[in-house]
Amino acid sequence: MTVDRRGWRVRLLTLWLPLAIALFFALFPFYWMAITSLKSNQELYSRKVMPLIVHNPTLKHYVDLLTETSFLEWTWNTFLVAVVSTAISLILGAMLAYPLARMRFAGAALVSFAVAATYLVPQPLLFVPLADLINRLGLGDTLTSVMLTYPTLLIPFCAWLLMGYFRTVPVELEDAARIDGASRLQTLVKIVLPLCGPGFISAGIFAFTLAQNEFLYALIFLTKTEVRTVPVGAIAELVRGDVFYWGQLMAAALLGSIPVAIIYSFFVEHYVAGLTAGSVKG
Amino acid sequence: MTAVLAPALTRRRPPFSLSRWVERESVFSWLMVALPVAFLVALVGYPFFYGIWISLQDRPVAKPGEFVGLANFIRAWHDPVFRQVAVNTIFYTAAATLLKMVGGLGLALVMNQDFRFKNLTRALLLLPFIVPTVLSTIAWQWILDPAFSVVNWVLKAADIADPGPSWLGNPHLAMFSLVIVNTWRGLPFYAITLLAGLQTIPPDLYEAATIDGAGRWGRFRYVTLPLLMPIIFIVTMFSVIFTFADFQLIYVLTRGGPANATHVFATYAFDIAMGAGQFGQGAAIALSMVPPLALIILAMAIYMRPSKS
Repeated sequence: MTVDRRGWRVRLLTLWLPLAIALFFALFPFYWMAITSLKSNQELYSRKVMPLIVHNPTLKHYVDLLTETSFLEWTWNTFLVAVVSTAISLILGAMLAYPLARMRFAGAALVSFAVAATYLVPQPLLFVPLADLINRLGLGDTLTSVMLTYPTLLIPFCAWLLMGYFRTVPVELEDAARIDGASRLQTLVKIVLPLCGPGFISAGIFAFTLAQNEFLYALIFLTKTEVRTVPVGAIAELVRGDVFYWGQLMAAALLGSIPVAIIYSFFVEHYVAGLTAGSVKG
Repeated sequence: MTAVLAPALTRRRPPFSLSRWVERESVFSWLMVALPVAFLVALVGYPFFYGIWISLQDRPVAKPGEFVGLANFIRAWHDPVFRQVAVNTIFYTAAATLLKMVGGLGLALVMNQDFRFKNLTRALLLLPFIVPTVLSTIAWQWILDPAFSVVNWVLKAADIADPGPSWLGNPHLAMFSLVIVNTWRGLPFYAITLLAGLQTIPPDLYEAATIDGAGRWGRFRYVTLPLLMPIIFIVTMFSVIFTFADFQLIYVLTRGGPANATHVFATYAFDIAMGAGQFGQGAAIALSMVPPLALIILAMAIYMRPSKS
């Protein structure tokens, strides 16, 4: 805009310099993760070696992580839990969103208030009663415990996002289907859902990254190696007493972040749509 | 044809038909929402009230509780650590929210220009927000390590300090470090959301303001800020709630130390409930988050509501 006419100096100060600082701040920890994971222990724990680059790269930490710890099992658990809880959240979220977006029924205001309230309940508020509940149900140390509790964090978001998408489907389309004899369920499944694909992708990606990120419930409910997720496994088993296995920790952090980052990079536009939908449209 | 065969029937109410009953708007709606509502009631609503009940009991882990009324809350009130926890949480939330809000708005304004690789830049800047917090926090822990901190290596190489400070060992610096790491993670959320908001502002408003003699600051103050206020309000409200109740970051970096200097409600409640096995006391500490949080949100609603501007 006006900036362009004032030449490159202004552009440097108002665009490139702040962008460079922001990018450096945002990305340095990832760079640090990557190079730390490639350093030998000698290099890691030496104060004399210049630490900003890798002098003798080695894959030892990765080999150790994959062969000596249950990292692969944790990765599988994390993935499984994220997929199942995302699927549950999308289905239940859509079941909430469609009537709230389209229909008038007694109690609609109450239901939408309850969904909004659930959205705002932070996990630390509920972990004590939930821990007790999970124990009583005999679900301690099972992946089911987190597959059941994660959707409570994801459903409100999915419902909110999908409501916006359901509202964009022209009512006339639904009316036409109904006149042609389709039931309400058929209208939803055959007319509305196919038109809301992007909404489901946005909500799904967002829910998936949130599920990968969850830590508190997993830390409390999953105490055995074979059921742990990556974040809990890394914190609980790659730190033994006061000994931090930094190389392996960084390798685990990097490998644990990569699946999320890859999925995110494919759907970044959908993710941003999901991120901004709630606040901008609302 | 049926009318001919059964004239008597048609005059009465039509026979009950399940498929037609299901098609009624209210019935269909409730059939849809019943399952998710039941799910949320069972795993959010019920635990919430059950948590209140637990907080009124003296309840060591895995033992039946004994009703003690408000004793847990009274004990918390007289507990010096609890008071420190309250102060820590409020400071942490205020400092991190302010940094994220100002930094995020600044970055959004920078990003709201035309430049090459804009989408790539936006995707890269969002990375801290999407990567699992615990994993990126582990990287920060290594960056701030007492013996091998890269920050301190740079300070030493630049002849600023040798040895550098103990970023997580000094009470004040530990809190400072937590605020920085929280800002690192949360700032992209502000920036990208506010950027989306900026892009919805019609350009002719800026032109009109320029014609009316508004400079760069004037356009920001009287066009951008008021129009962005509803989004800033919502983003900040979310951010305040989840920063106030933050657990992961603090648990990984300091576990509330040194000497409780960085304990917040969530980590303290976790320590008491899971570490010391005092479920009742832990639930009471967790529930103590609600009143201050409600007050903060109320105050924000009064001062930041769009209608005010």
